[in-house]
Order: sequence, then structure tokens, then C-alpha cells
Amino acid sequence: MSTVQEVVTEAPAIEAVPKKAMTLGYGTSLAVLALLILVPLFVKNFIIFQLTMLLIYALAVMALNILTGGSGQFSLGQSAFYAVGAYTSAILMEHGNINYALTLPVSGIVCFGFGYLFGKPALRLSGVYLALATFALATAMPQLLKLGVFEPWTGGVQGLVVTKPDAPSFVSSIWSVFSGRAMSQDMWLYYFTLAVSIGIYVASVNLLRSRSGRAFMAIRDNEIAASAMGVDVALYKTLAFGVSAGITGVAGALGAIAVQFVAPDSYTITLAISLFLGMVVGGVGWLPGSIVGSAFIIFVPNIAEGISKGLSGAVFGILLFVVIFLVPHGARQVAVIAQQLIGKLRKS
Amino acid sequence: MELFTNQVLAGIATGAIYACMALAVVMIYQAIDHLNFAQGEMAMFSTFIAWQLMQWGVPYWGAFLLTLAFSFAGGIAIERLLFKPLAKAPILTNVAGFIALYAIINSFAGLIWDFTIKQFPTPFGSSPFLGSQLISTHQAGMIGVTMILLVLLFFFFRFTRIGLAMRAAAAMPESARLVGINTSWMIALGWGMAAAIGSIAGMMIAPVVFLEPNMMLGVLIYGFAAAVLGGLTSPFGAVVGGFLVGIFENLAGTYIPGIGNELKLPIALALIIVVLVVKPAGLFGRPIVKRV
Repeated sequence: MSTVQEVVTEAPAIEAVPKKAMTLGYGTSLAVLALLILVPLFVKNFIIFQLTMLLIYALAVMALNILTGGSGQFSLGQSAFYAVGAYTSAILMEHGNINYALTLPVSGIVCFGFGYLFGKPALRLSGVYLALATFALATAMPQLLKLGVFEPWTGGVQGLVVTKPDAPSFVSSIWSVFSGRAMSQDMWLYYFTLAVSIGIYVASVNLLRSRSGRAFMAIRDNEIAASAMGVDVALYKTLAFGVSAGITGVAGALGAIAVQFVAPDSYTITLAISLFLGMVVGGVGWLPGSIVGSAFIIFVPNIAEGISKGLSGAVFGILLFVVIFLVPHGARQVAVIAQQLIGKLRKS
Repeated sequence: MELFTNQVLAGIATGAIYACMALAVVMIYQAIDHLNFAQGEMAMFSTFIAWQLMQWGVPYWGAFLLTLAFSFAGGIAIERLLFKPLAKAPILTNVAGFIALYAIINSFAGLIWDFTIKQFPTPFGSSPFLGSQLISTHQAGMIGVTMILLVLLFFFFRFTRIGLAMRAAAAMPESARLVGINTSWMIALGWGMAAAIGSIAGMMIAPVVFLEPNMMLGVLIYGFAAAVLGGLTSPFGAVVGGFLVGIFENLAGTYIPGIGNELKLPIALALIIVVLVVKPAGLFGRPIVKRV
């Protein structure tokens, strides 16, 4: 038996995504932004809450997208980073009485460290092995959070209740001048989340366009060629892991504030699968697709559970196969096809 | 000392199950170079089929054999329908496919048989084995069934024409094709056998962990740990890894303070990471050398 692989060219981790195809143009971006700002003004509080969750999951999906679409590494363990971020924020708020906004950067940094450290051993792994290690991380996380040792801080199986923040007084006073009503907590939280999300989105786009981003993509497309060009493969791979975990951590912290509750069983492998699914549906490597993927993982289960309880997993799975077989590039492909159709219609 | 022997024997018994899972994982890994994340769910579904057959009045061993046949056919069907078209796709697409399969099977099992815990019968009874307090007859039965299975598989892969063809197809697909082996069907056959082996693991462990849609998650993670420990390229290693992991799990739970049932999964995670970092090829695997 030969120890040298018979086939020299192996399947790539993911298909290469051109750099320009990773983001939206200015016009479209502004339109989406205007929509995100205006819609909450006209809907009920519960829908505002769902929109907040939409943004939060979009952040988490985008974090995974930077890791997979950017640097070509897998993670089925994003729920673990999300959980760490959520718990960090909840513990700081409830035990440390720290302002909710200040807990976000702390969660981000803690998760960056956690992701960076987890990325160290994971460095030696590629493809399926990395998927395996992160899969094990995601399944182990709820048990780790339930540990008796941490119970004074984490609240064990019971979890922690988080108080929902009010809008700061200057914001609500300006708001009441215009609308004549007090600003609801949900609405304030939505705009707060939106501001954080836009900040992180812009930073991520810039990151991928920078020297580091090009290094990520070089590693994704061909690791050996990248190292021959002088890219420090080990550094950039762990860095990608850290950045991704950090953003996921911020998303987790926002999620904890929005849901007002953290408990170990909210962060199971199901969450990791949802985020992964969101990335595939949104299009791997296409950052704006994250919001499409996020909408998918929030609204599809609601619809499916409405038909029959426990159906959401099956619907998820079947739709995932549909995406894989019909539109392997996810929402990006749909967007491109739509663009071409519009172009054709204009000509004729 | 008696506690030690007791724990080792119990470890071998659960290790037998991990060995089966690991073997199923390795068989598919050898055939298509991907880890089947849905292996546990496939086994769980098979176990539910066996349970349903018994509810309808089929005797245990009849249900056992029917389930094996069903799993075998099911494994082949899944490969033909879903994964054969993905053979040339990037790794990500394949991982997504396995995750999708995981979600579908888990959800459908819940839909059909709901999420309440069910008793699964054991054909061996649970009295002490041969009058000794060390091990129960069911545990002895688990070890016995696994041993028989392993011997059968050994003879199959070593001495039968089709077994040799399967090994050839996994080791050197192109050369195998040149000598007239239908490698595509060998992969399907591998899937069928992996599904059948998994179903045995499911039916053997179900009396211990009870039957419910999420019962195999822990077993699967330990199966992965066993496969990684033994080396993903070595079926023999997977079996040895399974027994080692089973013994390790029980001893760690007994002798290291603070590690009880609640840390079961983190131990498996730690084990996987340590092995992948220290010896990525596993105990018996071949290191893969790539030509660039």
C-alpha cells in the first residue's frame, strides 16, 4: 500500500469566491440600511424583537462566513463561542453590575481569546478533522456550562436572568419630542444592535479587503502556495478563528441582552447547525448573504413548527439539500441570477 | 481492586458499542474521505425500527435481522440518492449534506415516535453473568455480539472476493477501476454495511441509554473519539480505539474526582483534541503524505 495519495489534486475546502463578489455595492448597501432603519418604526414590538434577533444571528452567521468563506476553515462549533459571549455578558451584568454596552467588548475579547486558543490545536487539523473537533466542542458546551464548579456564577441548569436595558434618557427624550411616545425597550435595543452590527459589518468588510484578508483568502485557495508567498499560515489561521469567535461572542452577548435569559440548553448543537445552515443558505463567502441566512434560520422554524411540532429539523435538512443541489452558492447565486434577469428585461 | 476490575469490564462492554460506531464511521471515511456526522442518527432510526417491529409482535431476533436488512438497504439508498452526486463537490458541501441528513433523521424520528423515553428490551437479561457480580449478562452479550461481528468482518474483508474488492476500491480507486472493480457500487456497499453495523450498536446500547431521538449523540462523539484514537484509516484501530475509550471513560469517571456523568462529553472532546494534536494519524493509522 502506498503512503502517497494516489490523486494529487484533492477537492478544495470550498470553492474560491472572488474578492469583489464578497460584498455589496454602495447603492444596494444604502438601500438595505435605509430599510433596516425605517421598518421598525411601523411594526409591533414583538416583530421588532424578531428583527433584533435577525440582526444578532446575522452577525453570528457573518462571523462563521469570515472563517469559512474567508480563510476556508470549518466550524460546527459556533454555538460554543456564542454561549461563552452570552454568559460573559450576563455574568458581568448580573454579578458585576456593569453597563450592558460595556460588556460587549469584554465578551468579544474573551471569545477572541477562547477562539484563538482553540484555533491553536485546531491549526494542525484541516477539513473534516476541524469539523469534527468543533462538532465535539459544540456538543460538550452545554455540559461544561452546567458544571457545579461554575454554578455560583452561571446559575447551573437554571441559567441567569438578565435585565433588559432602557433607552438612555437623552435618546428617549429626543424620541418623545418627535413621536410623542416613550421609546420602548425593544425599539432601543433594536437600534443599539443595528449600530453595533453596522460597525462590525464595516470592520469585517475592511478586514477582508486588507492585507490580512488577502492572506486569509490565499490560505483558503491554496495553503502551500500561500506559505510560499510569505503568508504566516499558522498565525493567520488562528487569527481567523479568533476574529470569528470574537464576533460570535459579541452576537452572543447581544442575544443574551435581547432574550433576557441565558441557560446551557439554549446553546446546543442545534444552534451550531442553524448558524452553519444560515451560512450555506446565505452563500459561503458572501457577507451580505448572512442576513438572508439569518432570516432563514429565524423564520423557517416558526413556519414549520406551525405545521407540526418537531418538523423544523426536517424542513431545515430538506431545504439544505435543495440548496446544495440546486443553488450551491446560496443567496449570492439567486442575487446574481436576479440581476441578470433584470438586465435582460431592461434590454428587451 | 474489585471496583477496578468491575469498571474495566463495564468499560469493555460500552467500549464494544463505541467500537461498532467507530467502525461504521471509519468504513464510510475510507470509502469517501468524509466523516458521517449522521451515523449516530442513522443508528438511532434503525433502533426505532427494531422497537416498532417488536411492538408489532415480531420476536427479538427476527426484528434484529429485519432491522439489519432495512439499515443495509437504507444506507445504500442514502448513498445512491444523496451522496453519490456530491462525490466531486467541495468538502463544505459534503459536511453540509451530512448535517442536513442529521437534522432530517433526528426530526423525523421525533415526529414518528415522539421524544418520550422508551424502554428497549435486551435479549440477554440483566442478571449477573455466570454468577459473578462483576458484569451483567447484557454487558457480556454486548461484548459477545461485537466479537462475533468483528470476526465475521475480518473474514469478509480478508477472504471473500467482494471484501477484497471493497478494500481495493478504498485504497486505490483508480487502479481498482482498471482491474474491473465497480468502485462506485463498492462505496454504496460500504455505506450499507456501515449503516448495518451502526444499527447493531444502536440496538445493543438502547437498553442502557434508553430509546429516544437524541440517544446516540453521546455515543457518536465517543465513536468519533475512538475512530480518531485508533486512526481514521484503520478499521482495526477503530475497534481497539473503541475498547480503549470505553475503559478510559469508566476509569476516569471512577477515579478522577469531579468527573461524573455530567462531564462525559467534555472528556470525549478533550480526548479528540489531545489525540489530534499529539498524534493526528492515531495509534494505527498511516500518516498521509501529500505530493505537491
